[in-house]
Amino acid sequence: MNTSYHLSHLQELEAESIHIIREVAAEFENPVMLYSIGKDSSVMVRLAEKAFAPGKVPFPLMHIDSKWKFREMIEFRDTYARQHGWNLIVESNLEAFRAGVGPFTHGSKVHTDLMKTKALLDALAKYKFDAAFGGARRDEEKSRAKERIFSFRDQFQQWDPKNQRPELWDIYNARIHKGESIRVFPLSNWTELDIWQYIRLEKIPIVPLYYAKERPCVEIDGNIIMADDDRLPEKYRPLVRPRMVRFRTLGCWPLTGAVESNATTIEEIVEEMMTTTKSERTTRVIDFDQEASMEQKKREGYF
Amino acid sequence: MSQPSTNDTTKSLDIRSYLDADERKDLLRLLTAGSVDDGKSTLIGRLLYDSKKLYDDQLAALERDSKRVGNAGDSIDYALLLDGLKAEREEGITIDVAYRYFSTNRRKFIIADTPGHEQYTRNMITGGSTANLAIILIDARKGVITQTRRHTFLVSLLGIKHIVLAVNKMDLVGFDRNVFDAIVADYRALTDHLGIDDVTCFPLSARDGDNVVRHSPRTPWYEGPALLDFLETVPIHADRNFSDFRFPVQYVVRPDLNFRGFAGKVASGVVRVGDTVMALPSMKSSRVKEILTPGSGELVSHANEAFPPQSVTITLEDEIDISRGEMLVHPDRPDQGDAAQSKNLPHIGRLFTTMLVWMDEEPMNTDKQFFLKHNTNTTRATIAAIRHRIDVNTLEKKEGKPFQLNEIGQVDIHTAKTLFFDAYSDNRQTGAFILIDPITNNTSAVGMILAPIDEDTLASDDVPTLDLPRLGITAEHYDAVERAVRDLSRQGIEVKLIK
Repeated sequence: MNTSYHLSHLQELEAESIHIIREVAAEFENPVMLYSIGKDSSVMVRLAEKAFAPGKVPFPLMHIDSKWKFREMIEFRDTYARQHGWNLIVESNLEAFRAGVGPFTHGSKVHTDLMKTKALLDALAKYKFDAAFGGARRDEEKSRAKERIFSFRDQFQQWDPKNQRPELWDIYNARIHKGESIRVFPLSNWTELDIWQYIRLEKIPIVPLYYAKERPCVEIDGNIIMADDDRLPEKYRPLVRPRMVRFRTLGCWPLTGAVESNATTIEEIVEEMMTTTKSERTTRVIDFDQEASMEQKKREGYF
Repeated sequence: MSQPSTNDTTKSLDIRSYLDADERKDLLRLLTAGSVDDGKSTLIGRLLYDSKKLYDDQLAALERDSKRVGNAGDSIDYALLLDGLKAEREEGITIDVAYRYFSTNRRKFIIADTPGHEQYTRNMITGGSTANLAIILIDARKGVITQTRRHTFLVSLLGIKHIVLAVNKMDLVGFDRNVFDAIVADYRALTDHLGIDDVTCFPLSARDGDNVVRHSPRTPWYEGPALLDFLETVPIHADRNFSDFRFPVQYVVRPDLNFRGFAGKVASGVVRVGDTVMALPSMKSSRVKEILTPGSGELVSHANEAFPPQSVTITLEDEIDISRGEMLVHPDRPDQGDAAQSKNLPHIGRLFTTMLVWMDEEPMNTDKQFFLKHNTNTTRATIAAIRHRIDVNTLEKKEGKPFQLNEIGQVDIHTAKTLFFDAYSDNRQTGAFILIDPITNNTSAVGMILAPIDEDTLASDDVPTLDLPRLGITAEHYDAVERAVRDLSRQGIEVKLIK
């Protein structure tokens, strides 16, 4: 046996993801890749570019802008899409935005429901996408550990954890009726460390917020929140102090806690990750709304 | 025997060399089978816990949950780590496949954790289809029971090459060597019967950690490695088929008129630049011009060869029309002389006999036309004959009548389109398929092909035919008609074109 026919775990994961992405492009009429601008999305987007090179990726990228994202994220998104020739769709729940919905005034639950979940469902319906890629990983969170790579959604975009299609080998069932759709998770089997390792090896650009820097921060309910724009409520403003922080996940700035850090390189980030005591989603404020909250959100159509 | 490796020393290691070493690790996918009572979740929890990959807040949540619904008294209930969904947490059982990830200094692991209940055969089949290795749990007090036989049969059906027999709860039988030896002897009788030769047995106490990551002083008579040590080192590389080149074309990459690349995953075998390859079903041959693999730091790079499970893009010297669902193969073995002996083609046909596992609440209906998906091919298919069912408890054959959920047996399948397949035992990639219900779109059944059947028994041609000249369709419309026919074919509906 020639032992040189050997893939490392990352090469094997890469091959698996590319196979999944190509399968979707071949089997669906109108797929879309959902882009959160986070590190996992950055990896997923790179895998899509690889899957079709030297051709172009045959589907667009869509970002659901909650209107409360970090400004650096939006800047990064626009630059990346332009430089890499992506067809970028940006959608928001403008009705709720005009009505003034936001995390400070309406709480994280209402904000997430309207600006993220509803905005996403409306956008998927508007363009009649029949498949949507998401960058979720199974190691992120308990309910995701049970989700299929091709995750069926009914016409209301709902996930039924007790009625999932069996998924065997690398044969994916892509058949749906009109109005139904499939969420596809090509990074299902990647871990957080795999993502960082891949970003490091492939030199994939990521939003600078992942690296430590002195940023204006205020402590709200035990979370370090960065004052990203002037919508920070009056009462917190006097408490804003510069702190050396970075972000382990990216989302809406009032709902995304920073961690104190000096890590300015990927190696330092990984080192910090390996010695740290908190898993990544704890910096995401929305998870604490209720027990099993992610499962609840997923059933409702949120990723 | 080397020391079990954990990530203890990571902090002191230079992070860069840690990452460089991490990059080279390979991946082992493993399936665990056993019931709640066997301590399966406890064993997995222990592997995860002891390999130091549990983050503190997951632990804190666990402590909180343990107090509410735990079954382990005051100590941490490792099983709660694994039971994710809210509904089943209350039922106290794992109802579906859950995937867990951990790594040691030597390897990365993906665990498919599946339940042991009879009604959930389909979940074990789902979780095990990609596994390199299966851990079968046995309660030392109970020995080999019906469930053990069932799980072992399923593992053999899935073609999982390596079995670990984890004889758990050895603490409850006083770490008695005779108990262990008797169970091992019983179990080997079973695996011999099923033709499984790679079985490794471990005396464990998952709750206390004996022989899980460290050799236990309580089993001085046991001379083998600890379980984790074995999992880290068991060779799996040679399990893949590197001899029969099969490349199901998944997608055609065509950025401009000068480039036509056939993208797909190498199902088996090795292909090199310059090799003569043949496209199925057209039987047209050409030579491999380029092999594009995902680049490192760039989108693509050129390689001299491709092997499973790589996802690559292949270009050919000649312009041959090949689309999704077709397959590139070696027309003969490049290394062997005698032409008659060296044919290396898959079976090409529309009728085969197969093992089938019924996964649908709705029972099998032999009048129904299913969609069959095999590699990148989708076609209409019917169940032409039911040969027998297998009693998964006794492994005896039963009368062949339509399968209910979780029933397994042998059937013959007839497809509308020609498939290119191998026996599952020769080639896990090209011997597997799924059946999809045309009305609910559910994955109704999954199959492992046994052998082709001579097609003389079939009506010669039941594919509808479009004779374009006879229909008075002129040549300028041929392209459009061909496109429509290709589209139908992609959806599993075959139409024959005469031009």
